Amino acid sequence: MKAKARKLGRGVALVGAGMSKFGSFPEKTGRDLFFEAFRELLASVDKGFDPREIEAIYLGNYSSDLFEGQGHIAPIIADWVGLAPRPATRIEDACASSGVALRQGALAIASGLYDVVLVGGVEKMTSLPTERVTDVLATGGDALFEIPAGFTFPGFYAAMATAYIHKYGAPLEALMRVGIKNHKHGALNEKAQFNLTIRQIMENKLAKAKAQGRPLPSWAGELDFLRDEAANPVIAWPLRLFDCSPISDGAAALLLVAEERAKDFTDKPVYLIGSGQASDGALHSRPELASIRAAKLAAQEAYAMAGVGPKDIRLAEVHDCFTIAELIATEDLGFFPPGEGWKAAMEGLTSLHSPRPINTSGGLKAKGHPVGASGAAQAVELWQQLRGQAGPRQVPGEPALGLTHNVGGTGQTCVVHIFRRG
Amino acid sequence: MASIDREFTAASFYKFLNEHKLMGSRCRACGRTYLPPRPLCPECFREEMAWAEMSGRGRLLAFTAVHVAPTGMVAAGYGRDNPYCTGIVKLEEGPAISAQILGFDPKRPEGIKLGAPLKAVFLERGEGQARRTSLGFQP
Ligand SMILES: [Zn+2]
Repeated sequence: MKAKARKLGRGVALVGAGMSKFGSFPEKTGRDLFFEAFRELLASVDKGFDPREIEAIYLGNYSSDLFEGQGHIAPIIADWVGLAPRPATRIEDACASSGVALRQGALAIASGLYDVVLVGGVEKMTSLPTERVTDVLATGGDALFEIPAGFTFPGFYAAMATAYIHKYGAPLEALMRVGIKNHKHGALNEKAQFNLTIRQIMENKLAKAKAQGRPLPSWAGELDFLRDEAANPVIAWPLRLFDCSPISDGAAALLLVAEERAKDFTDKPVYLIGSGQASDGALHSRPELASIRAAKLAAQEAYAMAGVGPKDIRLAEVHDCFTIAELIATEDLGFFPPGEGWKAAMEGLTSLHSPRPINTSGGLKAKGHPVGASGAAQAVELWQQLRGQAGPRQVPGEPALGLTHNVGGTGQTCVVHIFRRG
Repeated sequence: MASIDREFTAASFYKFLNEHKLMGSRCRACGRTYLPPRPLCPECFREEMAWAEMSGRGRLLAFTAVHVAPTGMVAAGYGRDNPYCTGIVKLEEGPAISAQILGFDPKRPEGIKLGAPLKAVFLERGEGQARRTSLGFQP
């Protein structure tokens, strides 16, 4: 199916954004986390605004039901931040929930129905033990035909990794390079769950062993550390702990307005110029396992809408729920030809100071992956980068175009957005 | 096979599996085969399926060795000390399916080659009314 060039009915601008700190917060519920994001969003609107101007809320959330015992979370959150009785709609598309919420919010404005919309995402995951989190995440796959086979979420991406490695001859070091790079970026992001490089994590472990008088491991460097089964155990072969995004709590919030209203809020808006979304069946039903078909289709639609191509994109936040997913994403988005993504990662062509940095926020790997919040949080990073406000991780040279790539499950949902500096 | 009077549902698929049959559906209009079975052909949008028994012969397309297991597999004795392999197998009839992969050492996954020929096995878990058959593949 070829994507036709679709257009929004009218322009949409991002005029405010905020996110909570990502991490593990035993004392905080989903609504507390969302309030942190909302408070930061309010402060981010340059000319200030009255939150009563918000007409509707679209909230991405994967599974507050199973994680927190709280269903029907959209009106709860809306009320918590003072927005009831405005319409509040929850969007559930697994890890792409808030990327799709962003698209729904944009469509609601483009349709002419609303001028001012709040888009959010929230997930509170750390209340459950790891095995139960594994179960909940696995329900994003096919509960009738994939889960009974023993697939877990890391398992799906591990299987894709074997297909990718088999097809293109990629070494496992390429996966490790993705993790090392994203942790380097995360170390520059105070909101990141892992605000540390892998080298720092390694050195902390050495210091701890020394303090406790235990024998010191002889890691020669980060790669050596990552190859050590004791330091970096296998989760689902060939993926190890440092190939996997963490279990996280967090929230993100975006303020979208009709383009003609943007200057009422800020002189530096960020325009949403491309949006694409696609779906697919279970992983085993797809003709190609070393690529994600729905991501390619979503990207085609977003590029066609924006009237730009992969070469025009200066930076991207891609869905690196696992390191292999980032390699595949950079190919599906057309940044590198099929089979070349792993070489680019090895050569440093995706790091902060490269021509097209990937995951300057630290990505899901280092920033954290509160699943329903991740899509919106990607847009928070672009909001900061395209306005020159990303601090120590700012992409130099006033980047003009950025892209977000948000994947639900194994690629049963993919949503891509393109943003332009105003 | 055309006369089998079972709906094209997951329940029917698992009922066949209990009888040690791996059954898909074949579209009588366009000839495509689906596994798991489905009632509606997504290619030609017709609802003219017939049951089709799979040979059970296929090749390994992708796999993993799971060390952090979900609770269902932990209950079956798997986990960090006893990993298991699961994967995707492409059958000679065309479709591919997810299944547990047996006959290899999950602690030495480097030795498992994609493309390896496999055949279906029917794994019995539980007893009496609780007996469930699940699908596996092995060399
Ligand atoms: Zn057909």
